[in-house]
Amino acid sequence: MNTAYALIILPVITGIISLFISSERLRRNLLVVVAFVHLFMSIMLCTGAAGELNGSWIGLDHLGRLFLMIVSLLFAGSAIYSMEYLDKHPHFDGPAIAGLRMPGNSNAVFVACMQLFLAAMSLSVMSTHLGLQWIGIEATTLASTPLIYYHRNKRSLEAAWKYMILCSVGIALALMGVFFLAMAASSHVQQFTPVGLALFSGYLKIEWLKVAFIFFLVGYGTKMGLAPMHTWLPDAHSEAPSPVSAMLSGALLNCAFLGLLRIYQVCAAVPGVASFASELLIIFGLISLAISGVFILRQPDYKRMLAYSSVEHMGILALGVGLGGSAIAAALLHAVGHSLVKSSLFLLSGNILAVYASKKIEDIKGLLKTMPVSGALWLAGFFAITGTPPFTTFTSEFAIVRVALQSHSWTIAILYLLFLLLVFIGMLTAFMHMSLGKKGEVEVDGSAGESFWQVLPPVVFLTAALFLGLYLPDFMRSAINGAAVLLGGKPL
Amino acid sequence: MNSIATLLAITCMLLLGSSRLLVSIRMVAFQGILLGLLPLFVTDHIGVAAVLLMLTNIGLKSILLPWLLTKALFESGTRREIEPFIGFGASILAGVLLLAVSGYIVNRLQTTAQISSPFTLIAGFFMFFSGLFLLITRRKALTQTLGFLVLENGVFTTGLSLGSEFSVFVELGILLDVFVGIFLMGIMLFHIDREFDHIDADRFNELSDLAVDVGDSEEASE
Amino acid sequence: MISLPSILICLAMIVLAPLFPGVINKTKAFFAGRQGPPLLQLYYDIIKMLQKTSVYSETTTVVTRIAPFVILFSTLAAALLVPVAFRNASVSFSGDIILLAYLLGIGRFFMVLAALDTGSAFEGMGAAREVLYSALAEPALFFGLLVLINETSQTSISAIYEKLTVESWWQNPATFLLVAASWMIVLLVENARIPIDDPNTHLELTMIHEVMILDYSGKDLALIEFAGAVKLAIFSSLLVGLVLSGQELALPAQLLVYAAGMLLVSIVVGIVESTIARFRLLHIPKFIVGSGALAIIALILKLSGN
Repeated sequence: MNTAYALIILPVITGIISLFISSERLRRNLLVVVAFVHLFMSIMLCTGAAGELNGSWIGLDHLGRLFLMIVSLLFAGSAIYSMEYLDKHPHFDGPAIAGLRMPGNSNAVFVACMQLFLAAMSLSVMSTHLGLQWIGIEATTLASTPLIYYHRNKRSLEAAWKYMILCSVGIALALMGVFFLAMAASSHVQQFTPVGLALFSGYLKIEWLKVAFIFFLVGYGTKMGLAPMHTWLPDAHSEAPSPVSAMLSGALLNCAFLGLLRIYQVCAAVPGVASFASELLIIFGLISLAISGVFILRQPDYKRMLAYSSVEHMGILALGVGLGGSAIAAALLHAVGHSLVKSSLFLLSGNILAVYASKKIEDIKGLLKTMPVSGALWLAGFFAITGTPPFTTFTSEFAIVRVALQSHSWTIAILYLLFLLLVFIGMLTAFMHMSLGKKGEVEVDGSAGESFWQVLPPVVFLTAALFLGLYLPDFMRSAINGAAVLLGGKPL
Repeated sequence: MNSIATLLAITCMLLLGSSRLLVSIRMVAFQGILLGLLPLFVTDHIGVAAVLLMLTNIGLKSILLPWLLTKALFESGTRREIEPFIGFGASILAGVLLLAVSGYIVNRLQTTAQISSPFTLIAGFFMFFSGLFLLITRRKALTQTLGFLVLENGVFTTGLSLGSEFSVFVELGILLDVFVGIFLMGIMLFHIDREFDHIDADRFNELSDLAVDVGDSEEASE
Repeated sequence: MISLPSILICLAMIVLAPLFPGVINKTKAFFAGRQGPPLLQLYYDIIKMLQKTSVYSETTTVVTRIAPFVILFSTLAAALLVPVAFRNASVSFSGDIILLAYLLGIGRFFMVLAALDTGSAFEGMGAAREVLYSALAEPALFFGLLVLINETSQTSISAIYEKLTVESWWQNPATFLLVAASWMIVLLVENARIPIDDPNTHLELTMIHEVMILDYSGKDLALIEFAGAVKLAIFSSLLVGLVLSGQELALPAQLLVYAAGMLLVSIVVGIVESTIARFRLLHIPKFIVGSGALAIIALILKLSGN
């Protein structure tokens, strides 16, 4: 139990401390140390070495384990990557405005907010109380906004503002949902947790539960990037520094997804509401797929393209959960796969951006020649993100189609495949243009973006994604199946 | 209880019709005070925690935040007039409509569960909707912040009138989150003013997928 | 139902109506530190004008000539429907509220017609404004009435006022305050007072009511001015009835309370006029719609059953 609290409190303390550390090197090292301590403790918790957890406030079930590991792992990768990244970006002091001095320099803010971000995500993943979870998810927005504004220019400011406003409004809707859920709960319910609510599912007021689910869906859906509430996502993910984009896309979207899963967990226990919730999830999933497909097709900016791809994958997750049965387990597996692949792609995009100083696809040519390692990984990431075998994303995407076909949902299956094809074509043209070809007219020094520490995390993540596609270890399988059963689904 | 809810609804109407930024900020501050007082009417037993919550609420929402926003207003040297997309008269009409919609929703909900104070719930919904309306129809980033605050107040009122009582820690956490959120927005207002020389959020067009020229490499700063 | 004593009281109100603008002016003069015109100034004006002949523009038609009579008589008829001094109105039947509103509407309609009839651009402008503002003010009056109908389950204005008690105020203080506030605004709008319209303004461009009667003179003007005074008395009576109904008093005391109430309304109008500047034309619709919003809040508050 104490370990769980430490996971949340430790980054908060070190985060605040790092605001006051003046040595750049020390601060960066602290970030990495915290990341690995966090990772270590998470593994301890998830393997059960630190004891079982099922409090009414903080707890860790199969779902929580899965997402905690994603968050912690990705953070470790981003932290390693940030070492070099911060080195290349000289800090500058924030101006004093209205007597409110932006504390220290932008790098200090970066390191501090990264750690607070980690704490907020850990809280949102581990909280079992739905109100506490809301606090955690809102806190992630607050901690990540300064991160998006890291570059301190117009574009990042605009992105940060949109992110802040849209996500805060979305989250406010979710809070409304929390209140409605409390109204739906009868006096029998003693613990305001998914389990506590599901226990007395017979006493829940169906109308209120439905209204609550709608609010949760729109609220957390905004944060998760489901279309049509996704408009902040491409801006924020493309303007944020690459290690932050990796976290936003790989970890944060999942936290919001988990928020949605928690309410789904309650709905799944009530017969009348389960199908209602599933239908809504399918609809939103398909809309997300459609919109991302259209926008990826002619996207001139590769970071934005990756961002839209995140919208697409969130759509797949929603669709998978909506379909039910073993598609839920597949969606959870897909969440893992997507996190690994998308974060590596964002980290790699940081390398490319550092070398080419452009986010335009047309400016970049011959990646395989200029940056052999990053280029090869970039291409591998493309295959992984579009769900090509043998990556794990293929396994999960295929499993979702299979469920759709088995349940005779022909329209859904056809639309799903069609949109995946659209995305594939769009990304294919972009990635091929970037990776292949000659070096291009502009002479670039590829070695600048290929330091060991900046390539290591993508290598590890992509290898993991490949490995999971070939062989799903037992502990992963049991975690995913356990989580799927919690949500009323079938094992994979 | 009803009187406070009525006052809340009236402040919303005034906000919809007000053309002055400073007046709007004061109005939101006043709303903060009303909101702080509201819990006193909901519960019969008032413990230390409730009073603490009330004081924090009033302190944050009606003193600190308005102070920050007023400061932002003066420092940024923006015009004091609000420039809406939809006129003030029409805004109030829309407000009337939103109020009616809120009444309808609550009426529908009432059939399934007993609500202790329906009008407070209506007022909560109404504040929520009018906050959303302000967010959408007002140009300035500052007014958007105000709109968000009103929306958040609406959520708070709704929660109170539904009687969903969580522990004080959760309530405090929610309050803190909202506060930090607005505070961040306030700080960003200064930055927006510096970078864009205006705080008109509708002139944010650096990022758009619908514009012809996307992502000019003016600042590919990474 | 027609009751004779009520007709007498009503007649008394009509005869005394020109007194109220005098009270308003006295109040304003008091706040401005002036002597002000005499209390009976409007009587003097009306008597003086009645002795003069009317002058008509060559472009006008018969509409201009009959309009003052229609305005006066529709207003007088409306006055008969209003409960005066907490007694049943001279004439009352269920649904007479609608008739009351539309009798006043006929008066306004003819005034607008007459204004348009002159063919003057200014008068047309005034007419347009008058129509817009009164249309905006109508919901406030009716939503307020709906609240009262809901409270008393009566549809005749006399019956409604008869059933209003002090307890109904105590039970729904917020509701009634809102209705009273919105009706106060309606009173200001309908009678062309500050902050909507300035009766003393000298610039045609900014006028509403005054500009419409620019072309009237002599006897016709006297009739219109008198009708205006009666209209003010009607709205004041409605307001006084709303606020003070339900007292168990003998007739003389009732008369006294009523008279005091009427004077109070006039004084309040005077105070409003002295302390608030006239709104910019742009802001007026907002203000009037706002009064409607108050009434709707009151209605929803009432319907939500507390």
